[in-house]
Amino acid sequence: MSDDERVPDAGYDDWLDAAENGEPYYLESPSGNGWLPPREFDPETGERELSEEPLPESGEILTSTITNVAGPSFADDAPYVVAVAQFGPVRITGQVRGVDHEDVEIGQEVELSVGVNDTEGERLVVFEPV
Amino acid sequence: MERVPIAGVGMTKFGKQGQRTSRELFGEAAGKAFEDAGLSPDDVDEVFFGNFMGELAEQQGHSGPLAADAAGVTAPATRIESACASSGAAVRHGVNRIRNGDVDVVLVGGAERMTNLSTAEGTAGLAAAADALWEIKSGITFPGAYSLMANRYFHEHGGSREDLAEIAVKNHEHAVENELAQFQRAITVEDVVEAPTVCSPFGLYDCSPMSDGGSAALLVSEEFAEDHGLGPEVAITGTGQNGDRLALQDRVSMTRTPAAERAAEQAYEDAGIGPDDIDVAEVHDCFTIAEALALEALGLYEEGEAIHAATNGETSAGGELPVNLSGGLKAKGHPVGATGGAQISELTKILRGDHVNSDAVSDAEVGITHNAGGTVASCVVNVLEVIA
Repeated sequence: MSDDERVPDAGYDDWLDAAENGEPYYLESPSGNGWLPPREFDPETGERELSEEPLPESGEILTSTITNVAGPSFADDAPYVVAVAQFGPVRITGQVRGVDHEDVEIGQEVELSVGVNDTEGERLVVFEPV
Repeated sequence: MERVPIAGVGMTKFGKQGQRTSRELFGEAAGKAFEDAGLSPDDVDEVFFGNFMGELAEQQGHSGPLAADAAGVTAPATRIESACASSGAAVRHGVNRIRNGDVDVVLVGGAERMTNLSTAEGTAGLAAAADALWEIKSGITFPGAYSLMANRYFHEHGGSREDLAEIAVKNHEHAVENELAQFQRAITVEDVVEAPTVCSPFGLYDCSPMSDGGSAALLVSEEFAEDHGLGPEVAITGTGQNGDRLALQDRVSMTRTPAAERAAEQAYEDAGIGPDDIDVAEVHDCFTIAEALALEALGLYEEGEAIHAATNGETSAGGELPVNLSGGLKAKGHPVGATGGAQISELTKILRGDHVNSDAVSDAEVGITHNAGGTVASCVVNVLEVIA
């Protein structure tokens, strides 16, 4: 491979591929806890039998913040909204797009997609209001 | 468990001194600790050095032996990295080594050089304490992560922007006379609320600054202290450390910090005390909300109530339970790898009576330090007591 080609992060990039193909998933342990890959264990229970389950189509924003001061990788993206949203048993971090920043609220229903970071062109998790 | 006397402490002034390397900063702090203890580098059996972002800021790894070099010590030396809890963890390693009976004198502490980086570079460096896949790739910064916690806290428990501001105002007030502090100036609630927003709800004054600095402490066995007539006045009588999921998204609650709760429980049990025995606390107020979360995790306040503590004057120098008399991370400064050691240095002086703010707690017998890494995925709690 060439020097400027990024080596994918197994698990993470595979998950983004699946999300882009409309098949996002999460890993569920026998106890019903949900996690994102790569995971060998449920860190809460130590259980190892994790199964891939389809991610619910919509989730709910648990918390969000408007970020004005960013690191170099997001310098051209600021200001942007970061949120954690609950999709079934799993919580996911992403950027909220498609709505005025001031209108993002806790409890808002959102759908997940994959977007691109303006500064570096890297993929990232995006939430959009349903 | 056996108490571990603190023979001497020292720290550099914290602040913007980006031309100074972390080795130089630690050397200065260690020198002060040796003078304070009446010991010399030859006495040291082992070194534990806290440092977080040396590779990024100084292209320097392998900094354990470098720190020992800087302190004039030839002994086993290990760098401890646990993000902003690095030197709290270094202190705990020292305590455990002495309690095990393996060594008699340990030099612990840490140093960090940060302000040689730009704000954006420093922001990215600190973000490395978060989950590189699921948080950083979404654009989370550290102020951002704590903002997520603050906004959820407001949603669940109430509290206001002004309550957060009161925490910053209090800690700045405490730092006014502290010559080791980065910001020796008072601010008002209006200053905090009207400052430029970093990440909602935090403005500039809700965030601890980028700082350069070093801290050190000399821990000794009781036998060594007695044999050498050191007469230490303060000892570590309890220590605890625990962890949590690294990413905020992987925690059931974003308004509680179970790593700190578990570390506190362990430290209290170790010292044979409880939260009611605490007279004074130095906690990890990297952002204003973090002080409230810390006080609740330490059992000093019920869940959802510590947000009002500063507003009610309960945690100020004249209050019932003074918190961050040093100025805290907020005003004293936060060179991340040095912070846990600086808490020990400042609290030791406060309890001994030779800190500029000691008069606020002249009868204090028991103090506690709370040093957190990341969004409290790591936490070290140490109990200090007056022994002489």
